[in-house]
Amino acid sequence: MEYFLQQLINGLTLGAIYGLIAIGYTMVYGIIGMINFAHGEIYMIGAFIAVITFLVLGTVGITWVPLMLLVVLIMAMLFTAVYGWTIERIAYRPLRNSPRLAPLISAIGMSIFLQNYVQLLQGARVKPLPPVVPGGFSLMERADGFVVQISYLQLTIILLTVALMYGFTQIIQRTELGRAQRACEQDKTMAGLLGVNVDRTISLTFVMGAALAAVAGVMVTLYYGVIDFYIGFLAGVKAFTAAVLGGIGSLPGAMLGGLFIGLIEAFWSAYFTIEYKDVATFSILVLVLIFRPSGLLGRPEIEKV
Amino acid sequence: MLTVSGVHTFYGAIEALKGVDLEVSAGEIVTLIGANGAGKSTLLMTICGNPPARAGRVIFEGEDITRLPTFEIVRRGIAQSPEGRRIFPRMTVLENLQMGSISAKPGSFNTELERVFHLFPRLKERIDQRAGTMSGGEQQMLAIGRALMSQPRLLLLDEPSLGLAPLVVRQIFQVIKDINREQKMTVFMVEQNAFHALKLAHRGYVMVTGKITMSGTGAELLANEEVRAAYLEGGH
Repeated sequence: MEYFLQQLINGLTLGAIYGLIAIGYTMVYGIIGMINFAHGEIYMIGAFIAVITFLVLGTVGITWVPLMLLVVLIMAMLFTAVYGWTIERIAYRPLRNSPRLAPLISAIGMSIFLQNYVQLLQGARVKPLPPVVPGGFSLMERADGFVVQISYLQLTIILLTVALMYGFTQIIQRTELGRAQRACEQDKTMAGLLGVNVDRTISLTFVMGAALAAVAGVMVTLYYGVIDFYIGFLAGVKAFTAAVLGGIGSLPGAMLGGLFIGLIEAFWSAYFTIEYKDVATFSILVLVLIFRPSGLLGRPEIEKV
Repeated sequence: MLTVSGVHTFYGAIEALKGVDLEVSAGEIVTLIGANGAGKSTLLMTICGNPPARAGRVIFEGEDITRLPTFEIVRRGIAQSPEGRRIFPRMTVLENLQMGSISAKPGSFNTELERVFHLFPRLKERIDQRAGTMSGGEQQMLAIGRALMSQPRLLLLDEPSLGLAPLVVRQIFQVIKDINREQKMTVFMVEQNAFHALKLAHRGYVMVTGKITMSGTGAELLANEEVRAAYLEGGH
C-alpha cells in the first residue's frame, strides 16, 4: 500500500510533465492538422535554457530558490516561444498548402537540425545540475522503514502543472484569442472571412505550445538533474503517445493521456522491470492506434465528402 | 461603393472568373443570378481576397483591396455569409456571434447582439446550443446574424435561401429587406432562387460561365424573355 502510494506520486509527477508537452502536440494538430515532430526538441531546448539560466543566476549570486525558479521559467518560456515561432515561420508556413506529407518531413528535418545544433553549441556530454529544491514531506512510514515521500519539487511540479492547465483552458474557452484558435481549428477560411488573422493565430498556437513544453523542460532538469541534447526525442515520442491516447486534437485528452502515460511508466517500473518501461508505453500507442484511433476523448475523424 | 473591374480568378489552372465587371452603389440591394458553377460564389470569395483575383481590380469605397489579405479586407467593412453557411459547428450560437464581432468597433457587441436577436428571435432561444446541432434554417439565420455582428457597410450573402422551407425563405428575405431599409446596409446577394431575388433587389446581374451576360433593374430582368426562359420558368 505504501509502495503503491509512492509510485502514484512519482507517476503523477511524470504524468504532469508529459501532459504539458502533449498539449503542444495536440494544439498544433488541432489547428493545422500536422504532427510537429520538432516539439520534443523545443522541450529539450527549454531544459538547456534552464541549466544555462541557473548557472548565470548562480554566477551573479542570486540563490533564493523561488526567485531562481521564477526567472528560469520566464527565460525558458521566452526563448522557446521564440524558437516555436521561428520554426513555424520557416519550416511549416511555406508548406501550408502543400500535401500533408511535406510539413511532416520538414518537421522531422527540423527535429534533427535542432538536436545537432544544440549538440554543436553545448557539446554531446550530459549536463548535470545540482539539486535546487531539496527536501520534502514524509507522508507515512511502513513498519520496515519504507517512507512515502512527496518532495517539494514533486509538489511544485504537480501544482504548477495544474495551475498552468487551468489557466490555459481558460484562455482557450474564454478569451478572443482562444475563440479564434478554435475557429481556425474548425474552419480557417471562415475565420479569415470574419477578420481573424489566421497566420498570426497559428503562430501564437506554436508560441503557447512551446512555452508549455519549456516548463516541462525546466521541471525535468530539476527532477532528474541531468540533461543532454537527445532527451527531446524520447520525451517527445512519449508525449505524442499521450496526445494520441487522450485523443489528438483534444486538450483535456492531452492532459489525461499524459497522466496515464506517467502512471503506466511509474507502475510498470515499480512492479515489473524498469528496462521495459518504454516498451509498455509504446505498446499502449500501438493498442490505441489499433482499437481506438480517436483516443479517449477525441472525436472520430469524419471524412468530409 | 464596390467596383469590380476585369476580374479574373483561377483555381489552379481553371479559370473560374473570366473578366467580371460590376458595380454596387451604397444603399442598394444587388443580386447576382446564374446557374450552378457559373462562378457566383467565386466572385464573392474573390471580393474578400480568398482566392485573390489574378487580374483586374476590386475597389471598395475608393480603395484598391484586390491584393489585401482577407482579414484586412473584411476589417474595412465587408462581411460575408458564405456558400454552405460555414457556421462553426462545435461552438455555441453565442460564440459564433462573438466570432462575427471580431472586426466590429469595440464596445458595440451588446447593441449588435440585441439587434440580431431582434431580427432572429430563434437565435436567442438557442444561445447556448452548439451550432452544429441546429436545423438548416436556424444555421442560415446564424450565418447571416454572424455577418451582421461586425456592422458591415457591405453585406455579401451567398444563397441565403438554399435548402430552406418556403416559410423560412420568406422570413429571411424580409430580414434582408429590413436591414437594407432601416440600417441603410448595402447588400450584394448571390441567389439561385431568381424570382424572389429579383423581386427583392433594386438591380441584378446574370452570370454565365464566369462572365456577366446581362444586367438591369430587378423588374427589367424579371420581364426579360431570356432570363425567364433560363432561370424562372420551371425553376420554382
